[in-house]
Amino acid sequence: MTTRMLGEKVQRVEDDRLLRGQGRYVDDLAQGALEVAVLRSPHAHARIVEIDVDPVLDVDGVVAVWTYDDLTGPMAEPLPLLIPHPALTHGRTQHALAKDEVNHVGEAIAFVVAEDRYVAEDAVSRIRVTYEPLPAVVGVEAARSAEHLVHEDVPGNVAARLEQATGDADAAIAAAPHRLSLDLEVERSASTPLEGRGTVARWDPDAGRLTVWSSTQTSTGVRAAVATKLGLDLGQVDVITPDVGGGFGVKIVHPWPEEVLVPMAAMALGRPVKFTEDRREHFVSSAHERGQLQHVDVGFDDEGRLLGMSVQLWHDHGAYIPYGLIVPIITSTQALGPYKPEAYKVVFESLYTNTVIVTPYRGAGRPQGVFLMERTMDAIAAYLGRDRAEVRAANFIQPDEFPYDQRMTFQDGRPLVYDSGDYPQLLDKLKALVGWDDFESVRQEARREGRRVGIGLACYVEGTGVGPYEGAHINVETTGKVKVAIGLTSQGQGHRTAFAQIVADELGVPFEDVEVTSGDTRRMGYAVGTFASRAAVMSGSAVALAARQVKAKALRIAADALEAAEEDLEIVDGHVQVRGAPASRLALGTVAVLSNPLRYAFDEASKLATQFTVGNPDKPPVEEDDEPGLEGRDFYSPERSTFAAGMHAVVVETDPDTAEVKILRYAVVHDCGTLVNPMIVEGQIHGGVAQGVGGALYERMAYDESGQLLNASFMDFLMPYVTEVPERIEVDHLETPSPLNPLGIKGAGEAGVIPSAALFASAIEDAEGIPIRRMPISPSELYDLRRKAAENAGSVENAGSVESARSEPVETKESR
Amino acid sequence: MTETRYDVRLHVNGTVHDVQVPARRLLSDALRHDVGLTGTHVGCEHGVCGACTVLMDGRPVRSCLVLAVSAVDAEITTVEGLADADGSLGPVQQAFKECHGLQCGFCTPGFLTTITAGLEENPSPTPEEAREMVAGNLCRCTGYQNIVASVLRAAELRGGDA
Ligand code: FES
Ligand code: FES
Repeated sequence: MTTRMLGEKVQRVEDDRLLRGQGRYVDDLAQGALEVAVLRSPHAHARIVEIDVDPVLDVDGVVAVWTYDDLTGPMAEPLPLLIPHPALTHGRTQHALAKDEVNHVGEAIAFVVAEDRYVAEDAVSRIRVTYEPLPAVVGVEAARSAEHLVHEDVPGNVAARLEQATGDADAAIAAAPHRLSLDLEVERSASTPLEGRGTVARWDPDAGRLTVWSSTQTSTGVRAAVATKLGLDLGQVDVITPDVGGGFGVKIVHPWPEEVLVPMAAMALGRPVKFTEDRREHFVSSAHERGQLQHVDVGFDDEGRLLGMSVQLWHDHGAYIPYGLIVPIITSTQALGPYKPEAYKVVFESLYTNTVIVTPYRGAGRPQGVFLMERTMDAIAAYLGRDRAEVRAANFIQPDEFPYDQRMTFQDGRPLVYDSGDYPQLLDKLKALVGWDDFESVRQEARREGRRVGIGLACYVEGTGVGPYEGAHINVETTGKVKVAIGLTSQGQGHRTAFAQIVADELGVPFEDVEVTSGDTRRMGYAVGTFASRAAVMSGSAVALAARQVKAKALRIAADALEAAEEDLEIVDGHVQVRGAPASRLALGTVAVLSNPLRYAFDEASKLATQFTVGNPDKPPVEEDDEPGLEGRDFYSPERSTFAAGMHAVVVETDPDTAEVKILRYAVVHDCGTLVNPMIVEGQIHGGVAQGVGGALYERMAYDESGQLLNASFMDFLMPYVTEVPERIEVDHLETPSPLNPLGIKGAGEAGVIPSAALFASAIEDAEGIPIRRMPISPSELYDLRRKAAENAGSVENAGSVESARSEPVETKESR
Repeated sequence: MTETRYDVRLHVNGTVHDVQVPARRLLSDALRHDVGLTGTHVGCEHGVCGACTVLMDGRPVRSCLVLAVSAVDAEITTVEGLADADGSLGPVQQAFKECHGLQCGFCTPGFLTTITAGLEENPSPTPEEAREMVAGNLCRCTGYQNIVASVLRAAELRGGDA
């Protein structure tokens, strides 16, 4: 019997190589290649008056220098606006090298190729640029005031304004028995993978082919971009994703300037060229996310049910907008979470600032949406004096209401319809896991010891597995080994293991015989990319469908060879056999030989195969509607997204003197449908939680008013070490399979990070009794909030004491 | 102007490598690009992330903060040198595999070398000591839960409790 692999904690096949130091990340490739350094703007906003590259040419080892003036054809055009939208009326993207003007510190101006990186950097430091500095627009407030413009031809700094509504929210709020308003803010953070961006290219003049290796989340996207920019046929460009040292969203953007400049240089110079981004460059020339100002007006009844909710968002998307409106659209729609307000209206403005571009970072706008909704829930609970969990439960979509139509348009342009879920059960599980109902006694006991603790919770629904499609190709070799190719890329999610599990089950072959390749356009030319927690749903489904094709073909051929009916056959342990009579069986490798009517006996399998005759002697050896080879290729293209859900709770202790926040407990309940490999899913949750803790308590992008990023290093940008993350993350799963795909998978990649800002705000507010409206929160900010609250309460001296720190929420409220 | 290059003899994982490098060449770059051992990774080049950690005479050192020319007298161990003599995974490597202590694997070499040295010093760490042992290395993927578990498992595999 082949044991079922789906749902098992299978150890990863990726690990052996990586643990021996034999991974192949992009900077490990093409040793001896020419290396690149990029001159980047020191100004947030300036006109380029003159660039003098002459001093560079004396530097020994410098091979070539490019500035904008050296670019021709499509390379001289702006980089693509990848995802246009009718509301995006003023989309601007950058040039591969700055043309006349720079719009953020770090924008690429000149591209130097040299014998090694040290020399290339020497050369960069010799380039003389004359700038005429312009006023910098930094932060949402400055962008909104539009006293200065980022792009002269974009009035008000507004790239897009989009409104969505269901029902008449304003009227519902006006008529509601209770109303509240909240002003909220979330600051910037960034994906910050340990490996930055990197690209290697090699031009083969004999074959007329370009090979590009890039640390990307979409090899097919990079391929199309490179071909377009360099005027090559798609068929001349291969893009291979080597091992990737983390992505978390930032590497879905393409093409980065260097991603097209490196292949251009490799073609021009006839030698392999490599770009490896350093850490400072990653901070100032990749992408950030999260920064938003939010205003919420809400009307509700005595139970806290949302009667009307109206949200305004001001989204800071940085200097350019290559990735369109994906992030604010997700915030707008996914703010709804597991709830069903009777009327909902959301309007956002996406604003230019002279800072690094904003594109999806794990969670992609959901953390901000969850923040605004969950802050609202807590504010309602505080206002009504009700339990925070109870108020949420009163608003839940019920299990019998699925599919549930939120009557909005999601980021994929499709209706926001939730496929399945059981939110009340998730909440029950969470309350049990963290001891929600007993927390008051924990609080009292801590208080007796002079300690201040608080508990918070946050709920989210995550649209995962967005289309349009992913594919898989499966090929059974004559050795019986099964080779699987998926088009999307991997950045540490263990795809090779998870998808091999699916194939092993579907096809009935040993797990060890399955080998998965990802992100190589030579093996699978059609793919979208790895983002939005879509890999397991999309490629997992495609892999299952392709495996079913292979199985059907294997059974058809074997039925012929074994002179049995297809229905009587099964595949067990890599052999096709007659059910109940395992003695008459045929190895899949042999079936692979039979599927390909060659006349040559290359190997043992083909010799063996000669004892069978397959096919009707009166018909051609390969029938009209058939192909040689035991192969299957299929694509999965869902009608709409799946919707995973989860709820987190945290218990924190806040230091009465230093205002430091310590995590005492962290609990996660999570429903991502069918679990392919629970070990991998839990790993994803752990990683997401750590990133969430970073985003809630430590990480921010410290821009000064002139647009300099003051903390562009790991010394100053506080990414959590082990000492900052919870000692233990308690996880409980619920599995409500998605009805939308063959395996019922929903996807889990982003879940861990989504509720964090909301969650910590909830817990700190609970511990302190001070409304928290802005995240992340540092000890000094919490300290300041305490002082202000104490001042408001009229007793500055007692700012540190537990009792006096409790004060009324300060937002405007009205009751009727 | 041509940069002066120095003959440098590096002892890495028990093998001698003669390389010619400028005085400013970092040990991390020399190992990766001159010796060709690319298992040592560079995550920040300013001494914070620990991905580039190698052992010099058994002590963990950030190779991005060491000049190659100054490493001549040391016995250097990189991640490539951590497997057992018979080629099977060493105890720390094995523990990471069993405990899912890695995702993208980029930070992993630095953790493996750091923990190898840490367990030499303290073969039977408590959970607190295990956390302490890895508290100077950054990982963006795993949330550290399984890395700490890997430290404890590695101690078991090494027979630290015996
Ligand atoms: S690369 Fe050396 S410590 Fe980060
Ligand atoms: S496993 Fe990716 S950074 Fe640690």
